[in-house]
Amino acid sequence: MDSAPYKIVVGIEVHVQLDTITKLFCGCSTAFGAAPNTQVCPVCLGLPGALPVINERAIELAIRTGLALNCEIAHETKWDRKNYFYPDLPKGYQISQFDQPICDVGYLDFPNPDAPSETMRVRLIRAHLEEDAGKSMHDEAAGKADSRIDLNRTGTPLLEIVSQPDIHSPQAAKAYLTELRLLLTYLGVSDCNMQEGSLRADANVNLHIEQDGEMLATPIVEVKNLNSFRAVERALVYESQRQYAQWQKTGQKLGEAPKQTRGWDDAAGVTIPQREKEESADYRYFPDPDLVPLRITDAWLTRGREQVGELPAVLRQRLESDFGLKPYDADVLVSQGRGVVEYFQRAVATGANPKRVSSWVQQDVMRTLNERSVAIEDFPLGAEQFSVLLQAIDSGDLDNSRGKDVFQYWLEHPALKLDEVKAALGIAVVDRGELESLCRELLVENPKVVEQVKAGDLKGLGALIGAAKKKNPNADPKLVRELCQTLIQQM
Amino acid sequence: MKLEHLSAVELGRKIASRELSSREVTAHFLKRTEAANASINAFVRLTGDEALQRAEGIDARLACGESLGPLAGVPVGIKDILCMSGELTTCCSRMLENFRSPYTATALQQLLDAGLVPIGKNNMDEFAMGGSTETGVHGVTRNPWDVARTAGGSSGGCAAALAAGMVPLAIGTDTGGSVRQPAAFCGVVGLKPTYGRVSRYGLIAFASSLDQVGPLAHYVEDIAACMESLAGHDPRDSTSLDTPVPQYTAELGASLKGLKVGVVREHVDHPALDDSIRLAVARAQETLQSLGAELIDVHLPHTAYSVATYYIVAPCEASGNLERYEGVHYGFRKLGEAGASSPLDAMIARSRSAGFGDEVKRRIMLGTFALSTGYYESYYKKALQVRRLIANDYEQAFGQVDVVLGPVTPTTAFKIGEKINDPVQMYLEDLFTVGANLAGLPGLALPAGACPSGLPTAIQLQGPALGEARLLNVAYQLQQSGLHQPSLAAGVA
Amino acid sequence: MELSRDDVLQVAGLAKLEFPEAELDAFAVQLGKIVTFVEQLSEVDTAGVEPMAHPLDLHSAKRADVLVAGLSHAQALANAPKSDGEFFLVPPVLVKKP
Ligand SMILES: [Mg+2]
Ligand SMILES: [Zn+2]
Repeated sequence: MDSAPYKIVVGIEVHVQLDTITKLFCGCSTAFGAAPNTQVCPVCLGLPGALPVINERAIELAIRTGLALNCEIAHETKWDRKNYFYPDLPKGYQISQFDQPICDVGYLDFPNPDAPSETMRVRLIRAHLEEDAGKSMHDEAAGKADSRIDLNRTGTPLLEIVSQPDIHSPQAAKAYLTELRLLLTYLGVSDCNMQEGSLRADANVNLHIEQDGEMLATPIVEVKNLNSFRAVERALVYESQRQYAQWQKTGQKLGEAPKQTRGWDDAAGVTIPQREKEESADYRYFPDPDLVPLRITDAWLTRGREQVGELPAVLRQRLESDFGLKPYDADVLVSQGRGVVEYFQRAVATGANPKRVSSWVQQDVMRTLNERSVAIEDFPLGAEQFSVLLQAIDSGDLDNSRGKDVFQYWLEHPALKLDEVKAALGIAVVDRGELESLCRELLVENPKVVEQVKAGDLKGLGALIGAAKKKNPNADPKLVRELCQTLIQQM
Repeated sequence: MKLEHLSAVELGRKIASRELSSREVTAHFLKRTEAANASINAFVRLTGDEALQRAEGIDARLACGESLGPLAGVPVGIKDILCMSGELTTCCSRMLENFRSPYTATALQQLLDAGLVPIGKNNMDEFAMGGSTETGVHGVTRNPWDVARTAGGSSGGCAAALAAGMVPLAIGTDTGGSVRQPAAFCGVVGLKPTYGRVSRYGLIAFASSLDQVGPLAHYVEDIAACMESLAGHDPRDSTSLDTPVPQYTAELGASLKGLKVGVVREHVDHPALDDSIRLAVARAQETLQSLGAELIDVHLPHTAYSVATYYIVAPCEASGNLERYEGVHYGFRKLGEAGASSPLDAMIARSRSAGFGDEVKRRIMLGTFALSTGYYESYYKKALQVRRLIANDYEQAFGQVDVVLGPVTPTTAFKIGEKINDPVQMYLEDLFTVGANLAGLPGLALPAGACPSGLPTAIQLQGPALGEARLLNVAYQLQQSGLHQPSLAAGVA
Repeated sequence: MELSRDDVLQVAGLAKLEFPEAELDAFAVQLGKIVTFVEQLSEVDTAGVEPMAHPLDLHSAKRADVLVAGLSHAQALANAPKSDGEFFLVPPVLVKKP
């Protein structure tokens, strides 16, 4: 980025679908994927005479999130109507929050993608509650056939989190969103499923260009339809280059062109101008007279604080300070979510070496979770069993490779005890004398290798270890290696 | 015995004692309605079969010795603005001419639970926007006292139906005087309760912070009895008051000795006030004094600004409330030639333009203008500030007195067509009524005899929040002392 | 305040209303009269007065996050001007491509 003749300036608006059972203002289900127009009632259909009543869990989740994002929580928050006509907005207005959002200024710290040991900060302008719209399916091609409207999603609670334009690289944007999503999942306020639209990001992008000592800003473009963090990163790279080229052509500065909305085309890897349904938009916000202001009591705040729990940033710190993990390893574990971190902590608590637990979790455990696509909560091997295994390796009772055999076997027979697993795998400790005579046999059987080693080429030893394993699977490779080496030297 | 001369409470008593059956009472009023409606047009829809069925159901339950409410089995008219499951609810607008609500308004449901028998839907101004019941798609309602005159509005159908003896009770809504003004024009009693006292769920919104359901009847005791089932907290309505409902009927007849009654100078001294009505208020003052009440002059200094305030607040809210009528999910749809706009935008604009009448469009335009960028502060916000001052005036007054007395309207019923083409003149009709809506307070219209030309005159009683019980008692005493003599329109058979 | 036909067209655009060309001027005059009438509020000194959006000091009405039976699919579409038995149907949202 620094090499570029400009600085990219990005602010991000995230719409998070809150994890409630029912909609923001009515008792209809928010479950995803139901048959069209089957999760509706007079309220979310906007039928004449129907009235909204706020879902208290949505408030609870918004407060919890606001606290975790270091926001000032409003003492009194109110509801406003945002007026515009669109067929998936049955009332002709969206119930949102205009001048008294439930969460006021805050910030989010997250690891600098270029230097994991440093943190970056993005300041937040606000986070407010609003109802989602329904879904319109258009006949994009011809614009001749009717559009189809499904109102199941109408009224689903959204928390819109608006950042300051504090983001100055596509990588930083991705890192911010990654941390935000992680935080939201730790809080349990949303499943953050981007495919199902539970988390949607729009980016406001422009450039700051240094021109003969003067800093000038290009017109702001809102980029929508960013359906993955990868898309965010790519779209920002593309958009910054496009805006720079555009500026070189037109020289247009901020204020000299209206704010434009562009959509990201992931397949083509470009942003394209969107139909301005809100061109010359005048939303005529005003207080919704069907709803009354909501007073946020201390009881709400206290409950909220209790529900926040230990957040990723704090957890990373603790894994480093308490267990001596490297920032990278701490980050990998924390990114796996609370469950994995708790698994790690339980294994360590029962006596296994933190570094070994960390590396085994990152390799064997995570691999298995991915292969079987199960959550850590459903992992067959309990943290305590896992700890027993790693302790055996720590103490040398098990060599690493046999340890892996045990791990695999134990996954299939989690009911067994470690000894039973070892027995089942015929794992017994081989005493040094027995192993020495085995090595002598090997040297006799492999004169070529002996010559090789004598000549100083130690590669041959590997072959000997393999052969030893065949004769006795319990032979400790380390020991075989050093025995053979000394015996050959003595020859 | 002419049933149409009995109070709803009396009818209920006779039905409960099985001296009369709900069926014969219902049939009687249906018959009168069918006869009179052609000339009055108070009902836009009759649901006779359903009504008779329901009446028989009540009779059956009474026969089984079940004890129902005091109004069980009594026929009632319902303004065509309250949703009833399975029935058409049109707000007298082309926009909703085919709309069948899949649910029932809470207020109406509570009446059904109390055993009342709706016989049909009453005429009104389109979406309750008007003061003469002239703007509805089903045509004008005529005043039974003089069919050349309006019944008032927007609940004109309710008031006219009562005056013509079509029903003993009717349910209207009052956003700026829409219960009280037609009640005054038609010589019946009408109550606009405290904001939030009656659920708005299922009441098709005109202006959400002003709308309130209210009953109309010949007798004050009927209003009191009706309120006992109409009022109450509704968890479906965030603006509904969660306070217990008093026994309004039990409080009727309490002595008025020492009651402080404020006479609103800005109202009774208003130059636009008709002498006949000023006289009616004076008669009420004498009667109250004779009943031991103390009269005190009070002031509502911002009265002069209340109409302007109302005609910003109400249209602004209406412009939002009526955005849902876009021909997409329900209601009237008209396709249009898509010029520069998309076929969708053309359809929405065409549907709204053809589905709404002139007055509704006028108010949507006014509200949209007052909320639009550059005007919000100087119109909408300004109006909300004056609204506060108006509410403060009432608070001051009710610091000194228990109720305030004044007129409902500047004049008696005006001629059909007289004001329809002069919106501002029409709006000024609401001068004495909009204050209670802006402040959320209860107001009651009580007939006070006829003017020389024979048209009804009326007085208005207003009280502090949740002061309905006292208003009803004061009105009841005025009725018992003869200020208000319940009667059908002269000349009505 | 007097309103021009352009003012009316601008507001009508926001309100999604149409007025016949022939009626525009008359309507502009009429709406202008009403606007002028309500402008008398500017006489009132409202410095420091808290706007009153709601008549009573009601607040904090809310509901528990519990499912409530809504409408059947058939009920939901029953009043639709046009539907395919599954979705509400509306004319194309996009401007026809030439
Ligand atoms: Mg939003
Ligand atoms: Zn719903």
